[in-house]
Amino acid sequence: MIMWSSLRTLWLVFLHGFRKRDTVQYPDEQPYLPPRYRGRIILSRDPDGGERCVACYLCAAACPVDCIALQKTEDEDGRWYPEIFRINFSRCIFCGICEEACPTYAIQLTPDFEMSELDRQNLVYEKEDLLISGTGKYPDYSFWRVAGKAIAGKDKGEARNEAEPVDTRSLLP
Amino acid sequence: MSDTVAALLNVIGTPLAVLIAAALLTWAERRLLGLWQDRYGPNRVGPFGVLQPVADVIKLMMKEDWVPPMSDRPVFVIAPALVMATGLVAFAVIPAAPGIGVTDLNIGLLFFLAMAALTVYGVVLGGWASNNEYSLLGGLRAAAQMISYEVFMGLALMGVVILAGSFDLRTIVQTQRGLWYVVPQLPGFLLFLIAGVAELHRLPFDLPEAENELVAGYHTEYSGMKFGMYFVGEYVGMILTAALITTLFLGGWLGPLLPPLVWFLLKTAAVLVFFVLLRAALPRPRYDQLMALGWKILLPLALLNLVVTGGVVLALQ
Repeated sequence: MIMWSSLRTLWLVFLHGFRKRDTVQYPDEQPYLPPRYRGRIILSRDPDGGERCVACYLCAAACPVDCIALQKTEDEDGRWYPEIFRINFSRCIFCGICEEACPTYAIQLTPDFEMSELDRQNLVYEKEDLLISGTGKYPDYSFWRVAGKAIAGKDKGEARNEAEPVDTRSLLP
Repeated sequence: MSDTVAALLNVIGTPLAVLIAAALLTWAERRLLGLWQDRYGPNRVGPFGVLQPVADVIKLMMKEDWVPPMSDRPVFVIAPALVMATGLVAFAVIPAAPGIGVTDLNIGLLFFLAMAALTVYGVVLGGWASNNEYSLLGGLRAAAQMISYEVFMGLALMGVVILAGSFDLRTIVQTQRGLWYVVPQLPGFLLFLIAGVAELHRLPFDLPEAENELVAGYHTEYSGMKFGMYFVGEYVGMILTAALITTLFLGGWLGPLLPPLVWFLLKTAAVLVFFVLLRAALPRPRYDQLMALGWKILLPLALLNLVVTGGVVLALQ
């Protein structure tokens, strides 16, 4: 009985020699990463090239490991933007909660995980490392064009789908 | 003069070839295990990863060669060398092909059995000298297992000796010209196969090492090249047993068309591949199962085989 099962095992294991191997030989053979893979974090831009990030701190607040640090500032047009934006990737757990928290689609996770460094310090990415020139996953979205906040060249009520401002002190319709 | 040169070539060439083969075997084993486990194994260093053993040796050489302070130092140092040396010395009697082989001893088979019996000293002394519970347990297991299995390993071979009428390995090969002894001596072949694997304490009979019970068994305390020597010794033993199975049961260098040496190497390689398949497929038995198998099943079978073979040979005379 034991003999028989041993022989059967030998034969079955031998047959495995003709099977396809499961190993993916990674550096030579790149695995498929779906578009929504949660890898390296980037900051995207509007279709017209402006920064999307409005420095609202929501990503930093949402981050469970506190790996995002930024400082808000304002330009002469009245647009908010981060003066510094720093992500410490040695802490980041790639959970994607920052992306979910972002109201302007600025912060996005990309299908790229090849970020190894020999020096831990190099894993701290500054704003210029994070900012990309494209729009990422939302090619048509532009926060300042739909937002109600007035900036230079766009007053209250001029945003897309925005109603004219109402004078709340007047009772007339 | 040319005789001396040939003898020298044999004396130097045999251990050299065996050591190179042992190094290659570590690579081949890992590749084969990978193949049977649906993965690749080492395939990065050199073509198909053949240079992996070189990388391993460099790594072992650079490791700290540590002798534990509580150990019995001289014995601790000698033990691994003993395993490797006995394995290599036993190769002296293996006839690879006509004209290739260190010596034609008329008691070649007995010499092999003696050397195989000496290997156990390396393991037991290593386990003892380490002064570590796990090592000692591994060493004791090795002693019990190897002594038990040696008994019927010798008996299993006696069938071949009866048929060939000689202990000389070259004569044994020559008498297989008509029919390989694997056919008339099938029980002896199977018994020797099992006993050989157990004698090498290779999987599935690696109870002296038994990683999940005894850390690493008798070589728990060994590191660096001393550990490497145990390792090489094990692989030399594997090649030795495979070569002996080839010589005794598979017709040695005999075969059509190809040169004798190629036949010998091919057969030995086939047996080695089977050893690796055994390792890939079978789980380790419990210790009492191993002992029961040896003494209650295989030893009576070996005796029966010996009696029947002797009886048939006598009846045909």
